[in-house]
Amino acid sequence: MSYQGKFRVWRGDDSGGGLEDFTVEVNEGEVVLDIIHRLQATQAPDLAVRWNCKAGKCGSCSAEVNGRPRLLCMTRMSIFEEAETITVTPMRTFPIIRDLVTDVSFNYTKAREVPSFQPPKDLAPGEYRMQQVDVERSQEFRKCIECFLCQNTCHVVRDHEENKEAFSGPRFLMRVAELEMHPLDTADRVDQAQDDHGLGYCNITKCCSEVCPEHIHITDNALIPMKERVADRKYDPIVWLGNKLFRRS
Amino acid sequence: MPELERHSFDVLVIGAGGAGLRAAIEAREHGLRTAVLCKSLFGKAHTVMAEGGIAAAMGNVNSSDSWQVHFRDTMRGGKFLNNWRMAELHAQEAPQRVWELETYGALFDRTKDGRISQRNFGGHEYPRLAHVGDRTGLELIRTLQQKIVSLQQEDFKETGDYEHRLRVFQEFTVTDLVKDGDRIAGAFGYWRESGRFVLFEAPAVILATGGIGKSFKVTSNSWEYTGDGHALALRAGASLINMEFIQFHPTGMVWPPSVKGILVTESVRGDGGVLRNSDGKRFMFDYIPEVFKDKYADNEEEADRWYTDQAGNRRPPELLPRDEVARAINSEVKEGRGSPHGGVFLDVSTRLPAEEIRRRLPSMHHQFKELADVDITAQPMEVGPTCHYVMGGVEVDPDTGSSSVPGLYAAGEVSGGMHGSNRLGGNSLSDLLVFGRRAGAGAAEYVRGLSDRPAIAEEAVTEARATALKPFQQEGGENPYTLHMELQQSMNDLVGIIRRAEEMDEALQRLEKLKERARSLSVEGHQQFNPGWHLALDLRNMLLVSECVARAALLRTESRGGHTRDDHPSMDAEWRRKLLVCAVSGDGVEVVEKPQIPIRSDLLDLFDRSELEKYLTAEELA
Repeated sequence: MSYQGKFRVWRGDDSGGGLEDFTVEVNEGEVVLDIIHRLQATQAPDLAVRWNCKAGKCGSCSAEVNGRPRLLCMTRMSIFEEAETITVTPMRTFPIIRDLVTDVSFNYTKAREVPSFQPPKDLAPGEYRMQQVDVERSQEFRKCIECFLCQNTCHVVRDHEENKEAFSGPRFLMRVAELEMHPLDTADRVDQAQDDHGLGYCNITKCCSEVCPEHIHITDNALIPMKERVADRKYDPIVWLGNKLFRRS
Repeated sequence: MPELERHSFDVLVIGAGGAGLRAAIEAREHGLRTAVLCKSLFGKAHTVMAEGGIAAAMGNVNSSDSWQVHFRDTMRGGKFLNNWRMAELHAQEAPQRVWELETYGALFDRTKDGRISQRNFGGHEYPRLAHVGDRTGLELIRTLQQKIVSLQQEDFKETGDYEHRLRVFQEFTVTDLVKDGDRIAGAFGYWRESGRFVLFEAPAVILATGGIGKSFKVTSNSWEYTGDGHALALRAGASLINMEFIQFHPTGMVWPPSVKGILVTESVRGDGGVLRNSDGKRFMFDYIPEVFKDKYADNEEEADRWYTDQAGNRRPPELLPRDEVARAINSEVKEGRGSPHGGVFLDVSTRLPAEEIRRRLPSMHHQFKELADVDITAQPMEVGPTCHYVMGGVEVDPDTGSSSVPGLYAAGEVSGGMHGSNRLGGNSLSDLLVFGRRAGAGAAEYVRGLSDRPAIAEEAVTEARATALKPFQQEGGENPYTLHMELQQSMNDLVGIIRRAEEMDEALQRLEKLKERARSLSVEGHQQFNPGWHLALDLRNMLLVSECVARAALLRTESRGGHTRDDHPSMDAEWRRKLLVCAVSGDGVEVVEKPQIPIRSDLLDLFDRSELEKYLTAEELA
């Protein structure tokens, strides 16, 4: 059941690089990451790739396969034709370190900018009471494995380095939504989302939801509801008038 | 030679899984400058793979639960070889550690009255595992990661520097610990990205590096699990205990080949899933050992009633401790009643409605759909044993996590004793939290009590650098990938789930040859992000730790928990009183017997005498 597959893998570093051709054995049931590992073991021992759990749970092996952002460990070879040449490139939105490995520190910087969970001060550990139906909304967002494919695919930053400062990206806007919808969080997250994290840049093209390996409805369940809350707060004419009259903002 | 990057901290934590992060939080909360060094990106540690839950006797689902019951279950699961003090602290403190996670922002599944829901699991008498669907490990890691970020935000507010007191060095590998005389003085390692070397000066090091599974061919463990902490401890002069006990999780995926070994959570069985052989028979009824006969149902009707009425019925045998289930599957396959790809069938599709399966086991549903084209709501899964967890590890003081080397601490999977000869599912995540916190506090107290800081001799640094660079200086030597595959094959075949003296002798001979060949490893390319080089350095650790496993397993002439001897099939009460202690000797490992610490009498009183008779010697019972 095995065959010789044709691959083009991007190799290089921050000074430049290009696609290199390889022919390598492919066996039944394998995923693209298996092929990359076989390349390391047989033809290119110093080929750099980031990976960890190999089960779609840690979000380390993000890259682009034939131009589409994917986890290498969850991309089965059986979705391709045997004669097809498969192109594997690093995520485009982040600076290259080497080969398939990119510098994802942008994401860690953004994570730090989201103020943490703020529980009610008088609630002791063990006294938290929440209903399942109320935690489910945030639980969906906490399925995120931080593969950063949504950050990579989002057109606001994909080819627009200049937006990176003002825009936290879908992953961290979703984190803001997660905290906003946490039944016991006491902080006000609505203004933050718009003013500090650039929610307004998002024009709900849903590319993030499309590439999410956890199938989280990032746009529908996190970003749009946050936009609605922002709109209610900032653009509701009666609230606007009230704010003007009573100088609440 | 490029100038060496140097840092100075009070406490170094090696590893950023549950134990490492909890330890770091504790050390930082004690006001110490703390660094976390981890091989992967921050938040990717192997703890994310834990699925089922965190065992803690909160009594939210069944109020009869208490720390005493949890303690009993843990000791039974470990066949009474556990360090009783660790099992006691663990059972007592686990609930506080879980509640604390809620204050950090964790969102567990809830009971109807809004408390943390708890699920059934193998070996636990009551529903005890706090969980989030079947992705509890991810919730734990993310929660601790976010807590660390929140501490960094506090420091930023106060000092203008996020990393003032707590800094994470990610994609960084430690290759050697450095000492000043007898005590720890720091650690040496390299940045994965650039390959550049770094020296950390610190009076205390907490090992939280996890396990050793990558020495075996079929494993649920990731590439990080190369026994680094075990080996670092050994080379620094600390000892390891219980290394012969390795848990083969009964249910790993067996097909397709590329995912062989990946974990299928025990929650599948906890939620009603059953094991069947190729004849369609629920074979676990044939494998209930004598010591568990009064706790497990011997017929399907009673077993099925248990899910709704736990007071009036005995548990289904699918929920026996992991070692028992793994051995049973192994025998079924060996006797020709296995599934097409060499496992057995695990079926939840005929036991729960499809919607319920998707809700309770979302990541299993996803994993099988995406990787094996199997819809678990309609078809059974094929599963078989996979190397999952090492019970053995650094011998530590239960209360502080301190090893025998001053300044060296260990917590989580890299430490030994807590789980005895076999760990119960769900007791790992709670172990990480309870002993991560204790090691953080222990290290902090140690550092506070020092009158002077240790110093690092330049020779030690030169030597560590030379060791790390050696594979580049040898041309035409062995390929690390080839050597690694041979090691994995040997350990899998010869020191695996069922063991025999001749095979382990053979394994030790092969290990000697592999060690010899490892001296001439050579790697191509340069130091920047070079996986071949990383593997060459990791191999040094895997070989040392594998030798501990094989030597200890050969010596222990009984079967107990995660150590099954075909040539010594029964459990021997005399052996329960002995620990096998591994230490470095020359370029190899020496294993010596040491008496087990007797169980405190008030803890022994928690058990019926008739049960103790199954485990203890007449002398101990007198």
